[in-house]
Amino acid sequence: MSESAQKRTPLYDEHVRRGGKMIPFGGWLMPVQYNSIVEELRVVRNNVGMFDISHMGQLIVDGRSAREWLNKMLTNNIDKPDVGSGQYTFLLNEHAGIIDDLIGYRIGEEKFLLVVNASRTDEDFAWLDRHRSHDVDLRNRSAEFGGVAIQGPRVVDLFHRLLGDDVDLPARNQIVDFKLERMSLTIARTGYTGEDGVEVFFSASDAPKFWNLVLEKGERFGIKPCGLGARDTLRLEMCYPLNGSDLSPERNPIEAGLGSFVDLTKPDFIGREVLLRTKKDGPREKLVPFRMKDKGPPPRPHYLVFDNGERVGEVTSGTLSPSLNWGVGMAYVSTPHAKIGSKIDIEIRGQKFPATIEKKPLYKKS
Amino acid sequence: MNVPDDLLYAETHEWIKRERENVRVGITDHAQSELTDVVYVELPKKDRQANAKEAIAVVESVKAASDIYAPVKGTVVEANKALESNPALLNTDPFGEGWIFVLKIDNADDLKQLKDAAAYRKQIG
Repeated sequence: MSESAQKRTPLYDEHVRRGGKMIPFGGWLMPVQYNSIVEELRVVRNNVGMFDISHMGQLIVDGRSAREWLNKMLTNNIDKPDVGSGQYTFLLNEHAGIIDDLIGYRIGEEKFLLVVNASRTDEDFAWLDRHRSHDVDLRNRSAEFGGVAIQGPRVVDLFHRLLGDDVDLPARNQIVDFKLERMSLTIARTGYTGEDGVEVFFSASDAPKFWNLVLEKGERFGIKPCGLGARDTLRLEMCYPLNGSDLSPERNPIEAGLGSFVDLTKPDFIGREVLLRTKKDGPREKLVPFRMKDKGPPPRPHYLVFDNGERVGEVTSGTLSPSLNWGVGMAYVSTPHAKIGSKIDIEIRGQKFPATIEKKPLYKKS
Repeated sequence: MNVPDDLLYAETHEWIKRERENVRVGITDHAQSELTDVVYVELPKKDRQANAKEAIAVVESVKAASDIYAPVKGTVVEANKALESNPALLNTDPFGEGWIFVLKIDNADDLKQLKDAAAYRKQIG
C-alpha cells in the first residue's frame, strides 16, 4: 500500500508538527516515535506518556439479546462484567483460530462497546455481521471516534489536574463518561503497557483539542507524546500479545497461553469444540517468553528456536528491552520444550545464541 | 543534519574517509537519526574480503536490524571493538568514535562511484 492510501487519524497533523516519524501500521499512518523509543518508554515507566490510539476500532452491539449473542461470538463470559466494566476476550473462527483480541465493555444492560485492533476492524465487523442475530444491532463507529492511551505512574495526578481533585478515575477495567470543556470523554482504566493508565475516547473533531490540553496540563508531570515503537516494547516487556505477530488465525488462545480469557463452561461459542480438544490433548506448541543468556544481538520475529540442535519453534516478538537492558522475546515452542527454566537457542544470522524460557511478565516493577 | 564536506558517501548512508590505501567507514548522522537508539553492532571479521555493496556489518536499534554495506571492494583490516560495549557511539559521534570498520581497497578508482557531500545532501533532501 502506498503512503497516500494509508488512513490518517484526527491527530495526524499534531504528530507531524511535533516531529513524529510516521510509518504505515495496520492501514494507518502512525508515529513510530518522536525522538527516541527508549526515551519514550522511560517516560511511561517513570512519569506519564500519551499514545494516539485513534486507529483502533469501536463496534457497538445493542439489542434485546445482545448479551446472549455476544457470549456465542466471544470466548470470555460477558455475563460477568457489571454495567460500566470491561473484559479482555477473543473473537475466534470455527477452528478456534484468533480473528482478534479485544476489550468488550458493558455500557448498558444489553449494550456493549468492543474496542478492536485497527487492522482487524473491518474483518471483525464483517464476521460479526455475518453471524448476527436478527434482534441485535451492530454498528462500526470507528470513524467517529478519536482515542488516546495515557499511561504511567503519574496518570492519576494528571487527571486530578485535568478534571479536578475531587474527581476519581474509574477503577481497573471500568469505563465512565466525563465532560470536559464541552468535550464528551469516555475513560476506561486499562492499557497495554503494564503501568497504571487509561484509554480515552472522544469525538474525532475534539481530538486535537484534547491532545493538546493533556500535553499542556501534563507538562508538570513530565508528559511526552509516545509512538508505536515504545508501545510495542512496553507491551512485550509485559508479555502482552500483539495480534498479527503473536496471535493469528493459525493460533488459538490456549496455545497462546491465554486460556484464562476463555470460559469453557459456557455452553456454546464459536471455537469451543476445538478448544475443548486442545485442552484435553494439550497444545502442540505454546507461546512462551524468553530472555537471552548473554549480551548480544536482540532476538527478532521469525528467528528459529532450537533445543540441542533440534528445531523446536519460532520467535514471534523480540527486541532489546530498555527496562531490563537485555534481549527478550516471545516464541511458539513445541510443548515438551516449553517449560519455564528450559534452555533454548535462538538462531541469529546463522549463529546460535543461548536463552532461557521465563515466567510472565519479563519486566516486574521494582 | 551534519554532512562533512571532506567525506565520501554511499547511497546506503555509509560515510567513507580515504586514509591512503584504506577507507574508514561509518554511518551518517542522517542514518543514525533515522535508526535512533542503536543497541547492538555486529562487526565484520578482520581479513574478510567483500565486494562493493555486500552486507558486512549489522546495526540494530530497538526496533529493527539494518545491514551495513562495504562501499567498495576490499579487505577488512580493522573493526571498531569499542562499539561492542558501547553501541550508542553510533548515535553520539557517528563521524568520529562511532566509525565501524577500515577496509583496504582493491582499486582506488572504485571510489569514483561514491557520492560527494553535495550529492549526498541532495539525496537525503
